[in-house]
Amino acid sequence: MPLRLSALAAALMLAGSAYATDKIKVGFVSTLSGPGAGLGVDIRDGFNLAIKQLDGKLGGVPAEVIIADDQQSPDVAKQAADKFLKKDKVDFMTGIVFSNIMLAVGPTVFDSKTFYISANAGPSQYAGEQCNPFFFNVAWQNDNLHEAVGKYMQDKGFKNVVIVTPNYPGGKDAVSGFKRFYRGKVGDEIYTKLGQLDYAAELAQIRSVKPDAVFFFLPGGMGINFVKQFVAAGLSRDTQLFAPGFSADEDVIKAVGAPMMGMFNSSHWAHDMDNGENQRFVAAFEKEYKRLPSLYASQGYDAALMIDGAVRDVKGKVEDKAALQKALEAKRFKSVRGDFAFNTNHYPVQNYYLRVIGKDAQGRVTNKTMGTIFTHHADAYAAQCKMK
Amino acid sequence: MSQLVLEQALNGLQFGLMLFLLAAGLTLVFGIMDCINLAHGSLYMVGAYLVAAAAQAADSFWIGLGVGVAGAALLGLLLELSLFRRLYKLDHLSQVLATFALILIANESVRMIWGAQPVLLNPPEALSGPVEIAGFFYPAYRLVIIAFGLAVALVLYLLVARTRVGMWVRAGASNREMTEALGINVPGLFTAVFVFGVGLCALAGGLLGPLLAVQVGMGESVLILAFVVIIIGGIGSIRGALVGSLIVGMVDTLGRALLPTLLRAALPVEAASTLGPALASILIYLLMAAILFFKPQGLFPARA
Repeated sequence: MPLRLSALAAALMLAGSAYATDKIKVGFVSTLSGPGAGLGVDIRDGFNLAIKQLDGKLGGVPAEVIIADDQQSPDVAKQAADKFLKKDKVDFMTGIVFSNIMLAVGPTVFDSKTFYISANAGPSQYAGEQCNPFFFNVAWQNDNLHEAVGKYMQDKGFKNVVIVTPNYPGGKDAVSGFKRFYRGKVGDEIYTKLGQLDYAAELAQIRSVKPDAVFFFLPGGMGINFVKQFVAAGLSRDTQLFAPGFSADEDVIKAVGAPMMGMFNSSHWAHDMDNGENQRFVAAFEKEYKRLPSLYASQGYDAALMIDGAVRDVKGKVEDKAALQKALEAKRFKSVRGDFAFNTNHYPVQNYYLRVIGKDAQGRVTNKTMGTIFTHHADAYAAQCKMK
Repeated sequence: MSQLVLEQALNGLQFGLMLFLLAAGLTLVFGIMDCINLAHGSLYMVGAYLVAAAAQAADSFWIGLGVGVAGAALLGLLLELSLFRRLYKLDHLSQVLATFALILIANESVRMIWGAQPVLLNPPEALSGPVEIAGFFYPAYRLVIIAFGLAVALVLYLLVARTRVGMWVRAGASNREMTEALGINVPGLFTAVFVFGVGLCALAGGLLGPLLAVQVGMGESVLILAFVVIIIGGIGSIRGALVGSLIVGMVDTLGRALLPTLLRAALPVEAASTLGPALASILIYLLMAAILFFKPQGLFPARA
């Protein structure tokens, strides 16, 4: 009897895998509740918008997106990923926002030989020695946006900067990226708990250092609270704030409003970039969700397009992992950020832009692109990657 | 430097007083009714949500605060009459199980009503900027919170030390059976104390809402701190709760502010930046462990 049962199970599994080709399954794990929820929601909405525009298909094959909320906890994310990989047998995974969660989930995904298309988290670990054929980042490597702000502040001649960042892998990447291009004095490096919401103690410390600028990387609700409290403490009167695009996009602007005006930040994408794909994307996003897309939304959108292009290229045969990897590397889609290419470590080589927050023609407080900081910029870790 | 110390002391005071609002209710319920209420943090969360919803509807923070706190107190009354009344007689394990269930119910209900994303609650316009004190700027809203905390502490002191009800409360905390034997209306007293405690923690939720974030699960992290406070202060003692809150508020704030700097003087930058924040976040637990070691009953035990 046990023998017959296992034969039955094997037959069922065969049937299951035969079925998988009629349908592309995507496991989407993201932070959809708590202070980091704004990021996950934008990635999800961007991803879903692309699939809607593709008539519910990826590469011409009907798509099924299974969504799970990781509650910003590595454990919860790992459980969700396990279920996606073992029970749902997904063909692709995406969605994770935070690098500490990505590093916790990564090994399980790679072991099961499933492609992970990161629409956000781009830890330095996966760009360098631990790079993996099954990991792609469609957005950036964590350091990049911070490098761009560092370069801009160096060029502008800032002399004494305080850095504020959460104490987690993404925060460490932020500091090393920033300091790679900013060579001036760092008055203080403040590491806060990930998810911290009260910055009274840190603000007092900044006040005592009297820096000429503050560079902060606090994604989601952390950044919203930091900027609000920074302004309420009167620090904005003589200290300029700088941030990567993560802490100066629609989610933070919506919550903080006018006090954000005049803040410079960096991004690989902006909603006012004038290429056809982007204009279509921004218009469709506004129509669908009644708000402007953030960079996170653009990344989610690009992740779906990237999967679409690769599946189309292999004609739906996603079981052929080698061919699929080649198709993904070849970047068979048009990104809303304009042209870019994948480096040997599966991270983008692309331009980074300077944006400033101000009022647009319709009187909305939002970002405006000011110029280019880096062209064809690659991350600093690619040389250490020996892709198998 | 003295300016920095003064500002950090104000921050510590503000944090400590808000912890006191939470710990006061918790320590009374625990001390007088011998009931472990894990859902105290959830009532803080529900209070914050009610304040945010009322403030949005009335377009005024102060009206929202009043309505929200009253709404939470009413909810507390219903909970006491329907559930907690039955829990007082049971053992601690049953109380922990029942109130843990309440946490789950509260979180899911809030998620269903208000959604998974944080709800926006802004301070009154007039208080959103800084004011100048002693040569530096300090957020006006934090000063108002400090004023609220001090006022509540004073009212509580007068209530507990100077009124007949306060005497019953103190008597109940130090010897419950004897108080009952003397003919005090204990069930009525319990209800009043419970509702009052819920009102205080909803007030803390409403006041902290604009500073932090009104979101699902905001009660759990603060509940742990409130328990640390009442363990340090001594269970059942209002004075202990006040002293414990201020100690925890100060130690946490000063630890976060000064430890990384001090460590950097002694250790290489890389090690200090890793160790500093980690050590600062466990500092209050080290403090609690030390106090438990030297004074297992807390600083001001209600039952001598």
